[in-house]
Amino acid sequence: MKGSGLRIYTLVYLVFLYAPIVLLPLFAFDKGTIIAFPLDGFTLEWFRQLADIPALHGAVKTSLIIAVSTAILSTTLGIFAARASSRYDFPFKGGIMGLIMLPLVLPAIIVAVSLLVVLLGIGIELSSWTVILGHVLICTPFSIAILNSAFLALDRSLEEAAYDLGETRWSTFRLITLPLVMPGIISSLLISFTISLDEFIIAFFLSAAEPTLPVYIWGQLRFPTKIPAIMALGTILVALSILLLAIAEYFRRRGIARTGGKDTGGFL
Amino acid sequence: MIALRDVHKYYGDYHALRGISADIRPGEFFSLLGPSGCGKTTLLRVIAGFEDVNSGSLMIDGRHMEEVAPNKRPTNMVFQSYAIFPHLSVAQNVGFGLRRLPIDEAEKTRRIGEALEMVGLAGFGERAATALSGGQRQRVALARALILKPKVLLLDEPLSALDKKLRENMQVELIKLQRQVGITFILVTHDQEEALVMSDRIAVMFDGGIAQLDDPETLYRRPKTRAVADFIGVMNFLPATVTGEGDGYQIEMPGLGRASLTADQAPGAASGGPASVGLRPETLTVLFEGQRGEREVEALVEEVVYYGDMTYYDMRIEGVDDPITLSMRNVPGRDVLERGAKARLGWSPGALVLFR
Repeated sequence: MKGSGLRIYTLVYLVFLYAPIVLLPLFAFDKGTIIAFPLDGFTLEWFRQLADIPALHGAVKTSLIIAVSTAILSTTLGIFAARASSRYDFPFKGGIMGLIMLPLVLPAIIVAVSLLVVLLGIGIELSSWTVILGHVLICTPFSIAILNSAFLALDRSLEEAAYDLGETRWSTFRLITLPLVMPGIISSLLISFTISLDEFIIAFFLSAAEPTLPVYIWGQLRFPTKIPAIMALGTILVALSILLLAIAEYFRRRGIARTGGKDTGGFL
Repeated sequence: MIALRDVHKYYGDYHALRGISADIRPGEFFSLLGPSGCGKTTLLRVIAGFEDVNSGSLMIDGRHMEEVAPNKRPTNMVFQSYAIFPHLSVAQNVGFGLRRLPIDEAEKTRRIGEALEMVGLAGFGERAATALSGGQRQRVALARALILKPKVLLLDEPLSALDKKLRENMQVELIKLQRQVGITFILVTHDQEEALVMSDRIAVMFDGGIAQLDDPETLYRRPKTRAVADFIGVMNFLPATVTGEGDGYQIEMPGLGRASLTADQAPGAASGGPASVGLRPETLTVLFEGQRGEREVEALVEEVVYYGDMTYYDMRIEGVDDPITLSMRNVPGRDVLERGAKARLGWSPGALVLFR
């Protein structure tokens, strides 16, 4: 049949990509303590166990604090950068924007080790703040990419019209620009939150006594009896991430539709 | 009302406005007409305050405006894209400019209703602005710009996004609206017909400068340069030789022969240089049996373009290189000429314009 080679390739590709993720909930709901087929039957025991681990709760709290801070900081920086790059021409614009976007393609381990060396070199102690620093570095490019598409979809004469009708530059930004790019801002907040929540390498290198959730999970993998519970935890995290990304994309698209622009970016 | 004196504007190396001087009168419908890139929109944005001038002065109502921000100028603008705020209702859009005025809610509501009524959108206030058609958005933009009772309303190609029928209706409505509110309207357009229909006076712009500033009739009948004549309507150009000048001009044209022109038939007025004359298509007529023209010439019909109410003919005259375009109103009882037919053309020296 014509194109059957491509079909098989696509199928194999999807299986390799998603089979591990499908296995995660499969074993999370399985009675057996060993991760292997055949399955032994359905249970919610592993999910229930999660409630009894204080160290896990601490890691969740640390992760939430870091993810929320990262989301707010990188989105704030992203608003400034996206607004500047979409509205103004300035010297070395291409180079500057390129440098800001660079962490998108840098291996996380290089970023993590470099940051660790620099932080230790200038004598800053590792804490949640150093993790936030690293996460802001890798999340800001995502924020800029999302917000750029929001700002570019915004007709410049909308701001001029408000200015012309007696508003100041600041009140124009507040009354016109901000509400119209708000879906982009929400989308940026959600995506940088998700990235920070899932991130392991930077958090592993830069966190001190309080591990983040991924770092905690990695630590637990040494104990075989804990693995089913980790599977349950992983299932929750995957579900949460997909949910947040879907909401983020919904807001980004709604924003572009609202300002009547063409979809020029996005991740989904 | 508005006084522009030697206004220059540069974008980097690009000289966008090259010494614009003009006086725009109170209550006048004034148009800036020209091809794209001629600087007309830049000039409008200079008057609105969105662009700074590099040199020269701009006064509105006797006050210098060079350092005044757009939100402090007595001007309001209707944008080409209409710039309707998509997250606000129609009433919120129209009333946007009232936000900073020291008036109560009831007064605001009253003024919004008044403005909506003025543009024929009474009862549309609660609708979402995005739910409107192109023509309705245009009206919202007009009401929004007029609600602050500006001294000058600036319109940046406001009709270019509308289809032909709607555009023609809006032209008439804009003229009526301007008479009703009595303030100065400045319209930017690239459509010469629109400018002729709507304006009290028109500034024709090329390459960042004003080529001619006149009322529509003078502009059409007495264009100062070939470029202006060519941009506004259709004009035939014939080479000519000036054989004598004093009070007027004696000229000789291949094919058409000699003619005497009065001084005002050369509004460009420069002397010397190669001369040419311009002839509008409607000043030429096809002469039928028994009709006499002031001057006559034999011609051959080379092309026929039928428009319903009018027919345009390209006529070949012996001794003239390019065919001459002529327009005739189609009346009952007169057949449209066929291609290849012979005809007598009537023309009159008084309709010629001399360029040098």
